[in-house]
Amino acid sequence: MSATAETVRQVEEATGKYKYGFVTDIEVDKAPKGLSEDTIRMISAKKEEPEWMLEWRLKAYATWLKMDDPDWAMLNYPPIDYQDIHYYAAPKNADGPKSLDEVDPELLRTYEKLGIPLHEQEMLAGVAVDAVFDSVSVATTFREKLAEVGVIFCPISEAIKNHPDLVKAYIGSVVPQGDNYFTALNSAVFTDGSFVYIPKGVRCPMELSTYFRINEKDTGQFERTLIIAEEGSYVSYLEGCTAPQRDENQLHAAVVELVTMDDAEIKYSTVQNWYPGDENGKGGIYNFVTKRGACRGARSKISWTQVETGSAITWKYPSCILQGEGSVGEFYSVAVTNNAQQADTGTKMIHIGANTKSTIISKGISAGRSNNTYRGLVRMMPGAENARNFTQCDSLLVGDQCGAHTVPYITSRNPSAKVEHEATTSRISEDQMFYCLQRGMTTEDAVSLIVNGFCKEVMKELPMEFAVEAQKLIGISLEGSVG
Amino acid sequence: MPLLEIENLHASIGDKPILKGINLTINPSEIHAIMGPNGSGKSTLSYVLAGRDGYEVTDGDIRLDGVSVMEMEADERARAGLFLAFQYPVELPGVGGMSFLRGAVNARRIEAGLGEIDHIAFVKTVREAANKLGIKDDMLKRAVNVGFSGGEKKRYEILQMALLEPKMAILDETDSGLDVDALRIVSEGVNALKTDDIGVLVITHYQRLLDYIIPDHVHILADGKIVKSGDKTLALEVEKSGYGEFTNAA
Repeated sequence: MSATAETVRQVEEATGKYKYGFVTDIEVDKAPKGLSEDTIRMISAKKEEPEWMLEWRLKAYATWLKMDDPDWAMLNYPPIDYQDIHYYAAPKNADGPKSLDEVDPELLRTYEKLGIPLHEQEMLAGVAVDAVFDSVSVATTFREKLAEVGVIFCPISEAIKNHPDLVKAYIGSVVPQGDNYFTALNSAVFTDGSFVYIPKGVRCPMELSTYFRINEKDTGQFERTLIIAEEGSYVSYLEGCTAPQRDENQLHAAVVELVTMDDAEIKYSTVQNWYPGDENGKGGIYNFVTKRGACRGARSKISWTQVETGSAITWKYPSCILQGEGSVGEFYSVAVTNNAQQADTGTKMIHIGANTKSTIISKGISAGRSNNTYRGLVRMMPGAENARNFTQCDSLLVGDQCGAHTVPYITSRNPSAKVEHEATTSRISEDQMFYCLQRGMTTEDAVSLIVNGFCKEVMKELPMEFAVEAQKLIGISLEGSVG
Repeated sequence: MPLLEIENLHASIGDKPILKGINLTINPSEIHAIMGPNGSGKSTLSYVLAGRDGYEVTDGDIRLDGVSVMEMEADERARAGLFLAFQYPVELPGVGGMSFLRGAVNARRIEAGLGEIDHIAFVKTVREAANKLGIKDDMLKRAVNVGFSGGEKKRYEILQMALLEPKMAILDETDSGLDVDALRIVSEGVNALKTDDIGVLVITHYQRLLDYIIPDHVHILADGKIVKSGDKTLALEVEKSGYGEFTNAA
């Protein structure tokens, strides 16, 4: 669309292809490179954590040391040197922000550049934002208003100090420390992230969102998010991510845990736009993320929606453990890869309870020389009486040098359970392109329009204000892929 | 100044020559019809004029408003005012009708430095134009051409033409797949758009469309060349005696 055209033009004028590629010049407090028990003790001390948290971290570190990098994904990358990374970087004077007035104006400007003017967001009712800059949360808006209805929305580092019982009860309960290599690493060195608690019967009065920004060179971001929705509650949460344009690869290894009790619902949306690297595959974020939700209560629901356009490598499988009777899991995904990007993404739906239902809609778009893999697991356990799954997995190829792969794993151990899997692979036809061009649209606009049409079922799951951004983002990501 | 000038146009698909020296001049407010049997190069001519990839122009020139379009891509030609109503309109799954129409209209507006069109005003304009063509609101909400009947697709082409206000409109076999009622509605749509400035090139196999859209000039295309030109009576002649005489001549 022409809106996109204009955005694309503006973006190119401003910063070259990646809109968020700028670096904020700010004084930082950084840990020396390398990972050891000392690094972990230092992080824990910086965060003024209680002893139990430090012990939890050290236990995870010990587990990690015994583990190996996973190699089953369809991804190619050189071994990561875990000693060549800063595990902690924080803007000076930024720990423990009380209000926006105390936040470094340079940081506020950064978020404004990213399209997240925190001041404005605070004034115009609508979305509450937690802004995480490198390793620390720099600002969380609307906290008082949320507190009135009993909703806790704060940096997880603060929750560890102020709500230790909640954190202790739930952290690692959905994604155990030793779940995989990256969860063990994250558990040892996580620095910040968001914590959300929605009390019984409360419908969270606004969208909650966290913006993650990696700024420092050679830094990893290891954030940890924990969302708990008590009986009969509801929350919609969105995360966005960006990073400067750098020639070196940077590591992002996050863990997200969601818990829903009886009749509760969490809607979790992601617009992932980490720096993808340049046309030749130089630089970009390595995005190794474990996201999992447990539908513990009856009739509870967890819905994941993701639009993944960034990162050099994406390794990510937001999953649902459908434990409560009649609980519902959903996964809506758009993954776009261009140039040399690689994505291996999908979901896991584990049906434990009776009458559980899951829906998977995955749209993969590959362009350039990129590879895009959908990897999804659906498992019906013996107790999953009358459980249902429906999976639809569509791939769109743009150009003739990219790859699309679909790897479903399906097991059913209950004869009454039903699993459906549909998959298609198509390409943008020359007829479609010519039709749009003949109507005056540029090649870029035409690709963006056709691809957004292809993704429509997923895009309509995004909260309105983010859907528009996400549409533009898809257009920009595919720039230069045709013609 | 002539609106469209086609001069000694030669074009091939791969090594195969299809158009073998076409000369045609269309002035503002004129309706020209090109008739010809299957395989005479009618659709190729429309695609070459519109700048579709895959057709190689080996000789000649095409000028719109006095400016050669040979170096222009398909989208540039479209924004310069050339519109092609497709013989087989293309389905765009998931692409909402309104977004598509808005994208097309805005592409021109941005080029003209006008900025994007007001959303609410645009919806109103589209509804009114659609109404005249017997297009229901429901159809505008569906994905472009997906699940449309033959008649709906053709009406939708004319709606786009109405909204885009081209200088030069080419209608490629717009009558194919239309019943008499749809033919009448589509033709009325075209006639309603005809202003003093617009040029129209109707490409058709059959004469019947020309009962509704009355041409000023009729040209017979056979084997990649215009073999005969005349007024509207030429179309009636062809209707009676068929194309045999021309194909033999070629």
